[in-house]
Amino acid sequence: MTLRPDPTFHATAQLAMQAPVENYGFTVMLSPDGAQPDGIAVVDLDPKSDSYGTIVNTLVMPYKGDEFHHFGWNACSSSLSPLSGHAFLERRYLIVPGIRSSRIYVIDVKDPMDAKIHKIIEPEEVFAKTGYSRPHTIHCGPEGIYVSTLGGGGEDGTDGPPGIFIMDCETFEVIGRYEMDRGKQDKHYDFWWNLPQDYMVSSEWGLPPQYENGIVAEDLLSNKYGHSIHFWDLRKRKNIQTIDFGENYQMALEIRPAHDPKKSYGFCGVVVDTTNLQGAIFTWWRGDDGTWQSKKTITIDPRPEKPENLPPLLQGFEAVPPLVTDIDLSLDDKYLYVACWGLGEMHQYDVTDPMNPVLAGKVELGGIGRGTKHPGGGDFAFGPQMVEISRDGKRVYWTNSLYSTWDDQFYPGQEGGQMVMAHVGENGGLTLDKDFYVDFPKGYRAHQIRLEGGDCSTDSFCYPNV
Amino acid sequence: MELDASTMTVLWGAVILSGLYHGVNPGMGWPLAVSAGLMEGRHSAMAKAIGALAIGHLLAMLAILLPFSMMTALVTWQTEIRAGAGALVFAMGVYLLINRRHPRFLSRVHPTKLVLWSFLAAMAHGAGLMLVPIYLGICGIDAGDGGHDAARQLMGQNIASAFIVALVHTIAMTVAGGAIAVAIYFYFGLKFLSRTWFNLDVVWALSLILVGLFGIYTAVQGH
Repeated sequence: MTLRPDPTFHATAQLAMQAPVENYGFTVMLSPDGAQPDGIAVVDLDPKSDSYGTIVNTLVMPYKGDEFHHFGWNACSSSLSPLSGHAFLERRYLIVPGIRSSRIYVIDVKDPMDAKIHKIIEPEEVFAKTGYSRPHTIHCGPEGIYVSTLGGGGEDGTDGPPGIFIMDCETFEVIGRYEMDRGKQDKHYDFWWNLPQDYMVSSEWGLPPQYENGIVAEDLLSNKYGHSIHFWDLRKRKNIQTIDFGENYQMALEIRPAHDPKKSYGFCGVVVDTTNLQGAIFTWWRGDDGTWQSKKTITIDPRPEKPENLPPLLQGFEAVPPLVTDIDLSLDDKYLYVACWGLGEMHQYDVTDPMNPVLAGKVELGGIGRGTKHPGGGDFAFGPQMVEISRDGKRVYWTNSLYSTWDDQFYPGQEGGQMVMAHVGENGGLTLDKDFYVDFPKGYRAHQIRLEGGDCSTDSFCYPNV
Repeated sequence: MELDASTMTVLWGAVILSGLYHGVNPGMGWPLAVSAGLMEGRHSAMAKAIGALAIGHLLAMLAILLPFSMMTALVTWQTEIRAGAGALVFAMGVYLLINRRHPRFLSRVHPTKLVLWSFLAAMAHGAGLMLVPIYLGICGIDAGDGGHDAARQLMGQNIASAFIVALVHTIAMTVAGGAIAVAIYFYFGLKFLSRTWFNLDVVWALSLILVGLFGIYTAVQGH
């Protein structure tokens, strides 16, 4: 408990953009074969520092095989909610779940150079209190810390649907399930919300047997991965509407609502359209009659490629699918960044008009059958994946690993973890910084990035821009 | 016991001061008024929100004060009632001091149900209880002859003063909270929202303890 609100809490997205810039980044270090424990790398992001652009501290876990993926803060700007009246949490702890082990670490990063484990929540506690497994996305909100899971109960996580559970934001006790009425929702991936408008949106990847040992080609071609998004009455904990994009839109992943809570729209990225291998972005919005609508507003075409340049999985298609695996929206709701992990491209769309996105910038790096090198000369394994934008919108960071077993299928024989950064031009455009290239310690891949003081996929703002 | 004019002034001053104090506490809702105005983009939405918060607060005050106004009819027990009320307020303060957890059920209230939210927030924080010892002081129970008619008349008076105390307190609360909301909305901007937001948890709990002790003291001393 503090006497004043944490200085990194901002009433509006606009104020967050004007705040001091990030000095540190925290990036997941993943040991893909579980030979070493996973960890968190602290990356120096202060250009004035001698160790700028290098890993200055690493914290490795006491266990192996957790498989770190996504993670988040214990508290963010949502603490300034006018409904809470108590804005005195500190943004201090990273909540880091293992999606293979279902173990959750609470890591104290008050001093990034002396990061330490504050608490470990064992998998048995998660199973017993929630009936869910494989915790994934973290958001802090009105009732505490919300954690999405990818699996239900039982050994293979298919005993009952996955969902969201809530943790206490001070003691980190697992409280229990979020849902009171889940409606049609039977798979899970990402979720986010608009706090003043009191709605939540959730998405679907697939059930654990569909991803843990690699992508299941038959399931993909028979459209058995998730293709719907769900709209929830946040406080009633009730699914109020499910939108099915169409069964060919396989794997509806990242949900990115506009940051300004006055707006009632957002985006969702779809990995692959099985009819033509395109990647797709859907814009969703609330219509005048109060119901939710959606429309495909961006398509990205596959690139023809000779079979010998393709992994066995794709040889029959003679093409590289874009594989839209992550998207992120700048705090001014202006640019949507789309990671095309298969193509090896990072796209920047101007989404000022969310119904008519315009491609504003593009960077090539890595990619299937192409393997574009970093301008600094280094290799970039796999393709651009987890993307994070600085609060001021001027720097875009990304890493390269999607998921241990999937990396091996789409990029057989490749290995490595890299984190890079691109500068955003005054009027859009994206240019890689040739000097910013973080190569991860041997045996580690890199996944999600969190920026000190919050970033563009963490904070939920409770007041509109003025 | 006849209360002299200066004691009466102090007690009414306490009613107004506690109202101002509740008003500036963000926990009683002024940020909601700012948010309502900005979300709807209309000044009138903020005014409406301030009104809704005031109604909820007033109801919470009455919900606490009215049962006590009934009890004042039990004139022969007046010392025990007043000491008991003081002890209750004291206990609430100690509880809030030890249990610093925030009432999570408040976050289950829909952001537009401001009357309900304001009522529940005031109840959860013991805002009404803070007024009880002051109110009982104002009632200035006169043991008198203790006849039935006298008791009934006294109760009538005390119910009326419960309404007046709650109303005066709520007006003060609304003026203070409304002033902050208006200042931030029109002049200072949302940057000041987090700057003016102080953690009053401990001060609030200590206020309850202080008021509770005052209640016990005056009850025992007045005997």
